[in-house]
Amino acid sequence: MIESFYSPDDLVALWISLKLATLTVALLLLLCTPLAWWLATTRSRLRVVGEAMAALPLVLPPTVLGFYLLLFLGPYGWGGRLMHHLGLQPLSFSFGGLVIGSMLYSMPFVIQPLQGAFQAVGARALEVAATLRAPPWDRFFTVAVPLARRGFITGSVLAFAHTLGEFGVVLMLGGNIPGRTQTASIVIFNHVEALDYSGAQRLSITLLVACFILLLIVYGANRHRAEVAAVA
Amino acid sequence: MSLALDIAWSRPDFQLQVECEFPGRGITALFGRSGCGKTTVLRCIAGLERVARASVRFNGEVWQDQRRFVPTYLRPLGYVFQESSLFAHLDVRGNLEYGLRRVPAAQRRIGFDQAVRYMGLESLLTHRAEQLSGGQRQRVAIARALLTSPQLLLMDEPLSSLDLASRGEILPHLERLHDELSIPIIYVSHEIGEVMRIADHITLLEAGRVRAFGSIHEMLTRPDLPLAHLEEAGSIFDGVIAEHDARYHLSYVGIAAGRLAISLRAAPVGQAVRVRIDARDVSLALEPPQHTSITNILPGRVMDVTDDRDPAQRLVRIDVGGRPLLARITRRSAAQLAIAPGVALYAQVKSVALMD
Repeated sequence: MIESFYSPDDLVALWISLKLATLTVALLLLLCTPLAWWLATTRSRLRVVGEAMAALPLVLPPTVLGFYLLLFLGPYGWGGRLMHHLGLQPLSFSFGGLVIGSMLYSMPFVIQPLQGAFQAVGARALEVAATLRAPPWDRFFTVAVPLARRGFITGSVLAFAHTLGEFGVVLMLGGNIPGRTQTASIVIFNHVEALDYSGAQRLSITLLVACFILLLIVYGANRHRAEVAAVA
Repeated sequence: MSLALDIAWSRPDFQLQVECEFPGRGITALFGRSGCGKTTVLRCIAGLERVARASVRFNGEVWQDQRRFVPTYLRPLGYVFQESSLFAHLDVRGNLEYGLRRVPAAQRRIGFDQAVRYMGLESLLTHRAEQLSGGQRQRVAIARALLTSPQLLLMDEPLSSLDLASRGEILPHLERLHDELSIPIIYVSHEIGEVMRIADHITLLEAGRVRAFGSIHEMLTRPDLPLAHLEEAGSIFDGVIAEHDARYHLSYVGIAAGRLAISLRAAPVGQAVRVRIDARDVSLALEPPQHTSITNILPGRVMDVTDDRDPAQRLVRIDVGGRPLLARITRRSAAQLAIAPGVALYAQVKSVALMD
Protein backbone atom coordinates (compact mmCIF):
# COMPACT_ATOMS: atom_id res chain seq x y z
CA MET A 1 0.00 0.00 0.00
CA ILE A 2 2.88 2.29 0.86
CA GLU A 3 4.55 1.37 -2.43
CA SER A 4 1.42 2.37 -4.34
CA PHE A 5 1.32 5.79 -2.65
CA TYR A 6 5.01 6.72 -2.84
CA SER A 7 7.39 6.21 -5.74
CA PRO A 8 10.59 4.21 -5.02
CA ASP A 9 12.62 7.44 -5.16
CA ASP A 10 10.25 9.06 -2.66
CA LEU A 11 10.71 6.15 -0.27
CA VAL A 12 14.49 6.30 -0.51
CA ALA A 13 14.41 10.05 0.13
CA LEU A 14 12.08 9.65 3.10
CA TRP A 15 14.37 6.97 4.50
CA ILE A 16 17.41 9.26 4.11
CA SER A 17 15.54 12.10 5.82
CA LEU A 18 14.55 9.82 8.69
CA LYS A 19 18.08 8.48 9.06
CA LEU A 20 19.56 11.97 8.91
CA ALA A 21 17.14 13.38 11.49
CA THR A 22 17.60 10.47 13.89
CA LEU A 23 21.37 10.51 13.68
CA THR A 24 21.48 14.30 13.97
CA VAL A 25 19.34 14.27 17.12
CA ALA A 26 21.34 11.48 18.73
CA LEU A 27 24.66 13.21 18.09
CA LEU A 28 23.29 16.60 19.12
CA LEU A 29 22.10 15.23 22.45
CA LEU A 30 25.58 13.88 23.14
CA LEU A 31 27.25 17.12 22.13
CA CYS A 32 24.76 19.67 23.46
CA THR A 33 24.08 18.17 26.89
CA PRO A 34 27.50 19.10 28.31
CA LEU A 35 27.46 22.38 26.39
CA ALA A 36 24.00 23.34 27.68
CA TRP A 37 25.02 22.31 31.19
CA TRP A 38 28.04 24.57 30.97
CA LEU A 39 25.95 27.47 29.66
CA ALA A 40 23.38 26.92 32.43
CA THR A 41 25.83 26.74 35.30
CA THR A 42 28.91 28.78 34.42
CA ARG A 43 29.62 32.20 35.85
CA SER A 44 32.28 32.80 33.23
CA ARG A 45 32.03 35.81 30.95
CA LEU A 46 32.54 33.47 28.03
CA ARG A 47 28.96 32.36 28.55
CA VAL A 48 27.50 35.17 26.44
CA VAL A 49 29.89 34.30 23.64
CA GLY A 50 28.83 30.69 23.88
CA GLU A 51 25.17 31.64 23.88
CA ALA A 52 25.56 33.89 20.84
CA MET A 53 27.43 31.20 18.93
CA ALA A 54 24.88 28.57 19.83
CA ALA A 55 22.09 30.83 18.58
CA LEU A 56 23.87 31.90 15.38
CA PRO A 57 22.39 29.13 13.16
CA LEU A 58 18.91 30.44 14.06
CA VAL A 59 19.45 33.71 12.22
CA LEU A 60 22.02 32.74 9.62
CA PRO A 61 20.61 32.06 6.11
CA PRO A 62 20.94 28.30 5.52
CA THR A 63 22.75 29.00 2.27
CA VAL A 64 25.44 30.93 4.14
CA LEU A 65 25.93 28.07 6.54
CA GLY A 66 25.93 25.56 3.68
CA PHE A 67 28.40 27.63 1.68
CA TYR A 68 30.95 27.89 4.46
CA LEU A 69 30.58 24.23 5.32
CA LEU A 70 31.12 23.40 1.65
CA LEU A 71 34.34 25.43 1.64
CA PHE A 72 35.45 23.90 4.92
CA LEU A 73 34.59 20.28 4.21
CA GLY A 74 35.44 20.34 0.50
CA PRO A 75 38.71 18.80 -0.78
CA TYR A 76 40.57 22.15 -0.45
CA GLY A 77 39.11 23.20 2.92
CA TRP A 78 40.75 22.49 6.30
CA GLY A 79 38.23 19.79 7.11
CA GLY A 80 38.67 18.18 3.69
CA ARG A 81 42.46 18.22 3.94
CA LEU A 82 42.27 16.71 7.42
CA MET A 83 40.10 13.91 6.05
CA HIS A 84 42.63 13.44 3.24
CA HIS A 85 45.48 13.14 5.73
CA LEU A 86 43.45 10.51 7.60
CA GLY A 87 43.04 8.66 4.34
CA LEU A 88 39.32 9.39 4.10
CA GLN A 89 37.08 10.90 1.44
CA PRO A 90 36.04 14.54 1.91
CA LEU A 91 32.68 14.97 3.56
CA SER A 92 31.22 17.38 1.03
CA PHE A 93 28.49 15.81 -1.14
CA SER A 94 28.24 12.85 1.29
CA PHE A 95 25.77 11.72 3.93
CA GLY A 96 28.39 12.35 6.63
CA GLY A 97 28.61 15.95 5.48
CA LEU A 98 24.83 16.26 5.69
CA VAL A 99 24.92 15.06 9.30
CA ILE A 100 27.49 17.70 10.21
CA GLY A 101 25.52 20.41 8.41
CA SER A 102 22.25 19.35 10.06
CA MET A 103 23.85 19.26 13.46
CA LEU A 104 25.08 22.83 13.13
CA TYR A 105 21.79 23.97 11.68
CA SER A 106 19.61 22.35 14.37
CA MET A 107 21.94 22.88 17.33
CA PRO A 108 20.06 25.88 18.82
CA PHE A 109 16.88 23.81 18.96
CA VAL A 110 18.55 21.39 21.35
CA ILE A 111 20.79 23.76 23.30
CA GLN A 112 18.20 26.36 24.20
CA PRO A 113 15.54 24.07 25.72
CA LEU A 114 18.23 22.10 27.52
CA GLN A 115 19.89 25.20 28.92
CA GLY A 116 16.53 26.47 30.15
CA ALA A 117 15.69 23.12 31.71
CA PHE A 118 19.06 22.86 33.47
CA GLN A 119 18.70 26.40 34.77
CA ALA A 120 15.27 25.51 36.15
CA VAL A 121 16.76 22.55 38.03
CA GLY A 122 18.78 25.09 39.98
CA ALA A 123 21.58 24.75 42.50
CA ARG A 124 19.45 23.69 45.45
CA ALA A 125 18.41 20.27 44.11
CA LEU A 126 22.07 19.45 43.42
CA GLU A 127 23.14 20.63 46.87
CA VAL A 128 20.52 18.39 48.40
CA ALA A 129 21.88 15.45 46.39
CA ALA A 130 25.41 16.27 47.56
CA THR A 131 24.30 16.15 51.21
CA LEU A 132 22.78 12.76 50.41
CA ARG A 133 26.22 11.44 49.41
CA ALA A 134 25.87 11.69 45.65
CA PRO A 135 29.14 12.50 43.80
CA PRO A 136 28.99 15.04 40.92
CA TRP A 137 28.35 12.59 38.05
CA ASP A 138 25.79 10.75 40.10
CA ARG A 139 24.01 14.04 40.87
CA PHE A 140 24.00 14.94 37.21
CA PHE A 141 22.43 11.71 36.03
CA THR A 142 20.04 11.07 38.92
CA VAL A 143 18.90 14.62 39.62
CA ALA A 144 19.71 17.09 36.86
CA VAL A 145 18.84 14.88 33.88
CA PRO A 146 15.53 13.50 35.18
CA LEU A 147 14.44 16.94 36.33
CA ALA A 148 15.36 18.39 32.92
CA ARG A 149 13.60 15.64 30.96
CA ARG A 150 11.12 18.03 29.38
CA GLY A 151 14.05 19.97 27.99
CA PHE A 152 15.39 16.76 26.46
CA ILE A 153 12.01 15.90 24.93
CA THR A 154 11.47 19.39 23.54
CA GLY A 155 15.02 19.65 22.20
CA SER A 156 14.96 16.23 20.54
CA VAL A 157 11.60 16.69 18.87
CA LEU A 158 12.29 20.22 17.63
CA ALA A 159 15.69 19.25 16.24
CA PHE A 160 14.18 16.16 14.57
CA ALA A 161 11.40 18.14 12.90
CA HIS A 162 13.76 20.93 11.95
CA THR A 163 16.15 18.47 10.30
CA LEU A 164 13.31 16.83 8.38
CA GLY A 165 12.39 20.16 6.85
CA GLU A 166 15.91 21.39 6.19
CA PHE A 167 16.58 22.42 2.60
CA GLY A 168 19.25 25.06 2.02
CA VAL A 169 22.13 23.47 3.90
CA VAL A 170 21.34 20.06 2.48
CA LEU A 171 21.23 21.32 -1.07
CA MET A 172 24.47 23.32 -0.79
CA LEU A 173 26.40 20.67 1.04
CA GLY A 174 24.83 17.44 -0.18
CA GLY A 175 24.29 18.26 -3.82
CA ASN A 176 21.01 16.47 -4.47
CA ILE A 177 22.47 12.98 -5.10
CA PRO A 178 19.63 10.40 -5.20
CA GLY A 179 20.09 7.55 -2.76
CA ARG A 180 22.86 9.36 -0.86
CA THR A 181 22.15 12.95 -0.07
CA GLN A 182 18.73 13.53 -1.58
CA THR A 183 16.30 14.11 1.30
CA ALA A 184 12.50 14.33 1.14
CA SER A 185 12.47 18.13 1.18
CA ILE A 186 14.76 18.18 -1.85
CA VAL A 187 12.66 15.63 -3.69
CA ILE A 188 9.65 17.90 -3.20
CA PHE A 189 11.61 20.67 -4.92
CA ASN A 190 12.55 18.30 -7.75
CA HIS A 191 8.93 17.23 -8.20
CA VAL A 192 7.81 20.83 -8.41
CA GLU A 193 10.53 21.69 -10.90
CA ALA A 194 9.36 18.77 -13.01
CA LEU A 195 5.78 20.04 -12.61
CA ASP A 196 4.85 16.77 -10.85
CA TYR A 197 2.51 18.49 -8.37
CA SER A 198 0.89 15.31 -7.12
CA GLY A 199 4.32 13.85 -6.32
CA ALA A 200 5.20 17.02 -4.39
CA GLN A 201 1.83 16.85 -2.70
CA ARG A 202 2.39 13.29 -1.42
CA LEU A 203 5.70 14.10 0.25
CA SER A 204 4.57 17.52 1.45
CA ILE A 205 1.52 16.17 3.21
CA THR A 206 3.71 13.48 4.78
CA LEU A 207 6.13 16.02 6.21
CA LEU A 208 3.31 18.33 7.27
CA VAL A 209 1.54 15.63 9.24
CA ALA A 210 4.78 14.31 10.72
CA CYS A 211 5.85 17.75 11.91
CA PHE A 212 2.41 18.47 13.34
CA ILE A 213 2.43 15.23 15.33
CA LEU A 214 5.93 15.99 16.61
CA LEU A 215 4.86 19.43 17.78
CA LEU A 216 1.84 17.87 19.48
CA ILE A 217 4.29 15.74 21.45
CA VAL A 218 6.29 18.81 22.48
CA TYR A 219 3.29 20.81 23.62
CA GLY A 220 1.81 17.74 25.29
CA ALA A 221 5.00 17.23 27.25
CA ASN A 222 5.11 20.88 28.25
CA ARG A 223 1.46 21.12 29.25
CA HIS A 224 2.33 21.11 32.95
CA ARG A 225 5.35 23.34 32.63
CA ALA A 226 3.95 25.89 35.08
CA GLU A 227 3.92 23.28 37.83
CA VAL A 228 7.46 22.14 37.24
CA ALA A 229 9.88 22.81 40.06
CA ALA A 230 13.03 20.91 40.84
CA VAL A 231 12.45 20.74 44.54
CA ALA A 232 9.09 20.88 46.22
CA MET B 1 33.24 13.71 69.35
CA SER B 2 33.36 17.33 68.45
CA LEU B 3 33.29 19.82 65.66
CA ALA B 4 35.87 22.62 65.60
CA LEU B 5 35.42 25.62 63.34
CA ASP B 6 37.62 28.52 62.41
CA ILE B 7 36.07 30.58 59.68
CA ALA B 8 37.16 33.99 58.46
CA TRP B 9 35.24 35.38 55.57
CA SER B 10 34.83 38.93 54.49
CA ARG B 11 32.64 40.59 51.97
CA PRO B 12 32.33 44.34 51.49
CA ASP B 13 29.02 44.36 53.38
CA PHE B 14 29.53 41.44 55.74
CA GLN B 15 32.23 39.87 57.86
CA LEU B 16 32.19 36.43 59.37
CA GLN B 17 34.73 35.60 62.05
CA VAL B 18 33.75 32.40 63.77
CA GLU B 19 36.04 30.35 65.92
CA CYS B 20 34.27 27.82 68.08
CA GLU B 21 33.77 24.24 69.05
CA PHE B 22 30.51 22.37 69.07
CA PRO B 23 29.87 19.56 71.53
CA GLY B 24 29.62 16.06 70.15
CA ARG B 25 26.24 15.38 71.62
CA GLY B 26 22.80 16.86 72.01
CA ILE B 27 21.19 19.69 70.11
CA THR B 28 23.19 22.89 69.80
CA ALA B 29 21.17 25.87 68.69
CA LEU B 30 23.07 28.28 66.47
CA PHE B 31 21.05 31.27 67.47
CA GLY B 32 21.01 34.81 66.18
CA ARG B 33 19.11 37.38 64.18
CA SER B 34 18.47 37.04 60.48
CA GLY B 35 21.57 38.02 58.53
CA CYS B 36 24.06 37.33 61.32
CA GLY B 37 25.71 34.55 59.34
CA LYS B 38 24.09 31.43 60.83
CA THR B 39 23.28 29.81 57.52
CA THR B 40 26.72 30.59 56.10
CA VAL B 41 28.34 28.88 59.07
CA LEU B 42 26.17 25.83 58.55
CA ARG B 43 26.95 25.76 54.83
CA CYS B 44 30.67 25.95 55.59
CA ILE B 45 30.36 22.97 57.92
CA ALA B 46 28.59 21.05 55.18
CA GLY B 47 31.06 22.12 52.50
CA LEU B 48 28.31 23.74 50.45
CA GLU B 49 30.10 27.08 50.80
CA ARG B 50 33.78 27.08 50.07
CA VAL B 51 35.32 29.83 52.13
CA ALA B 52 39.02 30.23 51.41
CA ARG B 53 40.13 30.92 54.96
CA ALA B 54 38.36 28.28 56.95
CA SER B 55 39.19 25.21 58.89
CA VAL B 56 36.61 22.58 59.74
CA ARG B 57 37.50 19.53 61.80
CA PHE B 58 35.12 16.82 62.84
CA ASN B 59 36.17 14.11 65.31
CA GLY B 60 39.82 14.76 64.56
CA GLU B 61 39.20 14.43 60.85
CA VAL B 62 40.00 17.42 58.68
CA TRP B 63 37.07 18.41 56.47
CA GLN B 64 38.71 21.63 55.40
CA ASP B 65 41.96 23.46 56.04
CA GLN B 66 44.54 25.42 54.05
CA ARG B 67 45.31 22.49 51.79
CA ARG B 68 42.38 20.12 51.93
CA PHE B 69 38.72 20.40 51.11
CA VAL B 70 36.55 17.32 51.52
CA PRO B 71 33.55 17.71 49.21
CA THR B 72 30.09 17.60 50.73
CA TYR B 73 29.23 14.14 49.47
CA LEU B 74 32.17 12.63 51.35
CA ARG B 75 31.27 14.23 54.69
CA PRO B 76 29.17 11.95 56.91
CA LEU B 77 26.53 14.57 57.65
CA GLY B 78 22.85 15.14 57.12
CA TYR B 79 21.41 18.50 56.11
CA VAL B 80 17.85 19.73 56.40
CA PHE B 81 17.25 22.86 54.38
CA GLN B 82 15.14 25.80 55.43
CA GLU B 83 12.61 25.50 52.67
CA SER B 84 11.20 22.29 51.39
CA SER B 85 13.76 20.40 49.32
CA LEU B 86 12.26 17.11 48.15
CA PHE B 87 13.14 15.89 44.67
CA ALA B 88 10.11 16.56 42.50
CA HIS B 89 10.83 13.63 40.18
CA LEU B 90 10.68 11.04 42.97
CA ASP B 91 7.93 9.98 45.35
CA VAL B 92 8.43 9.94 49.10
CA ARG B 93 9.96 6.46 49.05
CA GLY B 94 12.31 7.46 46.23
CA ASN B 95 13.38 10.54 48.17
CA LEU B 96 14.02 8.51 51.32
CA GLU B 97 15.99 5.86 49.46
CA TYR B 98 18.11 8.34 47.53
CA GLY B 99 20.55 8.85 50.40
CA LEU B 100 20.09 5.40 51.92
CA ARG B 101 21.22 3.65 48.73
CA ARG B 102 24.43 5.65 48.67
CA VAL B 103 25.53 4.58 52.14
CA PRO B 104 27.33 1.20 52.32
CA ALA B 105 25.18 -1.34 54.15
CA ALA B 106 27.85 -1.81 56.83
CA GLN B 107 27.68 1.89 57.74
CA ARG B 108 23.90 2.07 58.06
CA ARG B 109 22.77 2.61 61.60
CA ILE B 110 19.20 3.69 60.91
CA GLY B 111 16.90 1.43 58.92
CA PHE B 112 14.27 2.52 56.44
CA ASP B 113 11.36 1.38 58.60
CA GLN B 114 12.88 2.99 61.66
CA ALA B 115 13.22 6.40 60.01
CA VAL B 116 9.72 6.13 58.55
CA ARG B 117 8.35 5.36 62.00
CA TYR B 118 10.30 8.18 63.70
CA MET B 119 8.83 10.73 61.35
CA GLY B 120 5.39 9.14 61.01
CA LEU B 121 5.55 8.70 57.23
CA GLU B 122 3.96 5.24 56.92
CA SER B 123 0.96 6.45 54.94
CA LEU B 124 2.84 8.84 52.67
CA LEU B 125 5.40 6.62 50.95
CA THR B 126 3.78 6.63 47.51
CA HIS B 127 2.93 10.33 47.54
CA ARG B 128 4.75 12.85 45.42
CA ALA B 129 6.24 15.96 46.98
CA GLU B 130 3.62 18.27 45.51
CA GLN B 131 0.87 16.27 47.23
CA LEU B 132 2.34 16.86 50.68
CA SER B 133 1.77 19.69 53.14
CA GLY B 134 4.72 21.82 54.22
CA GLY B 135 5.02 19.97 57.52
CA GLN B 136 4.92 16.58 55.83
CA ARG B 137 7.63 17.63 53.39
CA GLN B 138 9.96 18.67 56.19
CA ARG B 139 9.32 15.39 57.99
CA VAL B 140 10.30 13.53 54.81
CA ALA B 141 13.38 15.74 54.44
CA ILE B 142 14.44 14.97 58.03
CA ALA B 143 13.89 11.22 57.58
CA ARG B 144 15.80 11.36 54.29
CA ALA B 145 18.76 13.00 56.03
CA LEU B 146 18.62 10.47 58.89
CA LEU B 147 18.73 7.57 56.45
CA THR B 148 22.28 8.46 55.44
CA SER B 149 23.16 7.52 59.06
CA PRO B 150 24.89 10.87 59.58
CA GLN B 151 27.40 11.44 62.34
CA LEU B 152 26.27 15.06 62.46
CA LEU B 153 22.88 16.50 61.56
CA LEU B 154 22.67 20.10 60.37
CA MET B 155 19.28 21.79 60.37
CA ASP B 156 18.81 25.25 58.87
CA GLU B 157 15.66 26.73 60.41
CA PRO B 158 13.67 23.67 59.37
CA LEU B 159 10.44 25.09 60.79
CA SER B 160 10.66 28.70 59.64
CA SER B 161 8.78 28.17 56.39
CA LEU B 162 5.92 26.40 58.17
CA ASP B 163 2.75 27.66 59.77
CA LEU B 164 2.17 27.25 63.50
CA ALA B 165 0.18 24.02 63.18
CA SER B 166 2.86 22.35 61.06
CA ARG B 167 5.54 23.38 63.54
CA GLY B 168 3.58 21.76 66.31
CA GLU B 169 3.43 18.66 64.17
CA ILE B 170 7.21 18.45 63.72
CA LEU B 171 8.59 19.48 67.11
CA PRO B 172 7.56 16.28 68.94
CA HIS B 173 9.35 14.28 66.24
CA LEU B 174 12.49 16.36 66.75
CA GLU B 175 12.32 15.83 70.50
CA ARG B 176 12.02 12.11 69.95
CA LEU B 177 15.02 12.20 67.67
CA HIS B 178 16.95 13.91 70.37
CA ASP B 179 15.90 11.42 73.02
CA GLU B 180 16.40 8.24 71.02
CA LEU B 181 19.27 8.84 68.62
CA SER B 182 22.68 9.93 69.71
CA ILE B 183 23.40 12.11 66.69
CA PRO B 184 24.71 15.57 67.51
CA ILE B 185 22.53 18.20 65.89
CA ILE B 186 23.33 21.79 64.99
CA TYR B 187 20.07 23.63 64.75
CA VAL B 188 19.99 27.10 63.22
CA SER B 189 17.17 29.23 64.53
CA HIS B 190 16.09 32.74 65.35
CA GLU B 191 13.02 31.60 67.32
CA ILE B 192 13.80 31.52 71.04
CA GLY B 193 10.66 29.46 71.74
CA GLU B 194 11.86 26.67 69.46
CA VAL B 195 15.33 26.79 70.98
CA MET B 196 14.00 26.65 74.55
CA ARG B 197 12.04 23.60 73.63
CA ILE B 198 14.66 21.40 72.07
CA ALA B 199 18.20 22.72 72.56
CA ASP B 200 20.82 21.57 75.06
CA HIS B 201 23.39 24.21 74.16
CA ILE B 202 23.28 27.61 72.53
CA THR B 203 25.91 29.26 70.39
CA LEU B 204 24.94 32.88 70.14
CA LEU B 205 25.95 34.56 66.91
CA GLU B 206 25.98 38.33 66.56
CA ALA B 207 26.96 40.16 63.37
CA GLY B 208 29.16 37.34 62.16
CA ARG B 209 30.87 36.64 65.47
CA VAL B 210 30.31 34.17 68.28
CA ARG B 211 29.13 36.26 71.20
CA ALA B 212 28.85 33.39 73.69
CA PHE B 213 28.47 29.67 74.00
CA GLY B 214 27.18 27.45 76.78
CA SER B 215 24.50 25.20 78.15
CA ILE B 216 20.96 26.35 77.48
CA HIS B 217 20.34 26.93 81.20
CA GLU B 218 23.28 29.27 81.47
CA MET B 219 22.77 31.03 78.15
CA LEU B 220 19.09 31.81 78.71
CA THR B 221 19.74 33.40 82.08
CA ARG B 222 23.13 35.11 81.75
CA PRO B 223 22.38 38.78 82.44
CA ASP B 224 25.14 39.99 80.14
CA LEU B 225 23.49 38.36 77.12
CA PRO B 226 20.42 39.60 75.30
CA LEU B 227 18.45 36.36 75.78
CA ALA B 228 17.74 37.12 79.44
CA HIS B 229 16.35 40.51 78.47
CA LEU B 230 13.86 39.36 75.86
CA GLU B 231 10.21 39.97 76.62
CA GLU B 232 9.71 36.18 76.73
CA ALA B 233 12.86 35.57 78.80
CA GLY B 234 12.71 32.66 81.19
CA SER B 235 14.45 29.56 82.39
CA ILE B 236 13.96 25.91 81.63
CA PHE B 237 14.23 22.82 83.79
CA ASP B 238 14.55 19.22 82.75
CA GLY B 239 12.77 16.72 84.96
CA VAL B 240 10.57 13.66 85.00
CA ILE B 241 6.88 13.13 85.61
CA ALA B 242 6.89 12.02 89.25
CA GLU B 243 3.24 11.55 90.14
CA HIS B 244 -0.31 12.25 89.04
CA ASP B 245 -2.96 13.65 91.36
CA ALA B 246 -6.36 13.00 89.83
CA ARG B 247 -8.27 14.66 92.67
CA TYR B 248 -6.80 18.10 92.04
CA HIS B 249 -6.17 17.41 88.40
CA LEU B 250 -2.42 17.89 88.73
CA SER B 251 0.76 16.18 87.61
CA TYR B 252 4.03 16.63 89.48
CA VAL B 253 7.33 17.11 87.71
CA GLY B 254 10.40 16.27 89.74
CA ILE B 255 13.36 18.60 89.17
CA ALA B 256 16.60 18.99 91.11
CA ALA B 257 15.17 21.79 93.26
CA GLY B 258 11.96 19.99 94.21
CA ARG B 259 8.61 19.37 92.61
CA LEU B 260 6.55 21.48 90.28
CA ALA B 261 2.82 21.04 89.86
CA ILE B 262 1.37 21.31 86.39
CA SER B 263 -2.07 20.59 84.96
CA LEU B 264 -2.76 16.87 84.74
CA ARG B 265 -1.01 15.25 81.79
CA ALA B 266 -1.51 11.91 80.11
CA ALA B 267 2.26 11.31 80.14
CA PRO B 268 3.40 8.20 82.05
CA VAL B 269 5.25 8.51 85.35
CA GLY B 270 8.99 8.52 84.73
CA GLN B 271 8.80 10.25 81.36
CA ALA B 272 11.43 12.93 80.83
CA VAL B 273 9.93 16.37 80.31
CA ARG B 274 11.13 19.92 80.03
CA VAL B 275 9.32 22.81 81.66
CA ARG B 276 9.66 26.50 81.07
CA ILE B 277 9.20 29.23 83.63
CA ASP B 278 8.89 32.77 82.33
CA ALA B 279 10.82 35.40 84.27
CA ARG B 280 7.71 37.58 84.59
CA ASP B 281 5.82 34.73 86.28
CA VAL B 282 8.25 34.49 89.20
CA SER B 283 7.85 36.53 92.39
CA LEU B 284 10.19 36.46 95.37
CA ALA B 285 9.68 36.19 99.13
CA LEU B 286 12.25 36.24 101.95
CA GLU B 287 10.18 34.02 104.26
CA PRO B 288 8.56 30.74 103.30
CA PRO B 289 5.27 32.04 101.91
CA GLN B 290 2.17 30.94 103.79
CA HIS B 291 -1.48 31.58 103.06
CA THR B 292 -0.72 31.95 99.40
CA SER B 293 -2.51 30.55 96.39
CA ILE B 294 0.76 29.88 94.63
CA THR B 295 1.45 26.14 94.48
CA ASN B 296 4.98 26.07 93.16
CA ILE B 297 7.52 27.51 95.56
CA LEU B 298 11.23 26.80 95.14
CA PRO B 299 13.88 27.73 97.73
CA GLY B 300 17.02 29.28 96.31
CA ARG B 301 19.88 31.72 96.66
CA VAL B 302 20.39 34.89 94.66
CA MET B 303 23.25 34.70 92.15
CA ASP B 304 23.07 38.24 90.80
CA VAL B 305 20.76 41.20 90.33
CA THR B 306 20.98 43.33 87.19
CA ASP B 307 19.16 46.10 85.40
CA ASP B 308 16.59 45.06 82.85
CA ARG B 309 15.62 46.89 79.69
CA ASP B 310 12.74 48.55 81.51
CA PRO B 311 14.32 50.79 84.22
CA ALA B 312 11.38 50.00 86.53
CA GLN B 313 12.41 46.36 86.63
CA ARG B 314 15.36 44.29 87.71
CA LEU B 315 16.44 40.86 86.69
CA VAL B 316 17.27 38.42 89.48
CA ARG B 317 19.07 35.17 88.83
CA ILE B 318 18.50 32.58 91.50
CA ASP B 319 20.24 29.28 92.03
CA VAL B 320 17.58 26.65 92.63
CA GLY B 321 18.99 23.16 93.05
CA GLY B 322 22.02 23.99 90.94
CA ARG B 323 20.07 25.47 88.02
CA PRO B 324 19.50 29.17 87.34
CA LEU B 325 15.99 30.55 87.64
CA LEU B 326 15.25 33.97 86.20
CA ALA B 327 12.88 36.37 87.95
CA ARG B 328 11.79 39.78 86.74
CA ILE B 329 10.68 41.97 89.65
CA THR B 330 10.18 45.69 90.15
CA ARG B 331 13.11 47.84 91.15
CA ARG B 332 11.10 48.95 94.18
CA SER B 333 10.56 45.37 95.42
CA ALA B 334 14.21 44.56 94.88
CA ALA B 335 15.16 47.53 97.04
CA GLN B 336 12.57 46.91 99.75
CA LEU B 337 13.51 43.24 100.11
CA ALA B 338 17.23 44.16 99.88
CA ILE B 339 17.76 41.48 97.29
CA ALA B 340 21.47 41.03 96.67
CA PRO B 341 23.81 38.19 95.71
CA GLY B 342 23.90 35.48 98.37
CA VAL B 343 20.46 36.22 99.84
CA ALA B 344 18.42 33.07 100.48
CA LEU B 345 14.80 33.37 99.40
CA TYR B 346 11.77 31.63 98.01
CA ALA B 347 10.74 31.86 94.40
CA GLN B 348 7.00 31.67 93.86
CA VAL B 349 6.22 30.43 90.40
CA LYS B 350 2.86 31.49 89.11
CA SER B 351 2.89 29.45 85.95
CA VAL B 352 4.87 26.49 84.66
CA ALA B 353 4.61 25.50 81.02
CA LEU B 354 5.27 21.93 79.99
CA MET B 355 7.00 22.08 76.63
CA ASP B 356 5.19 19.68 74.36
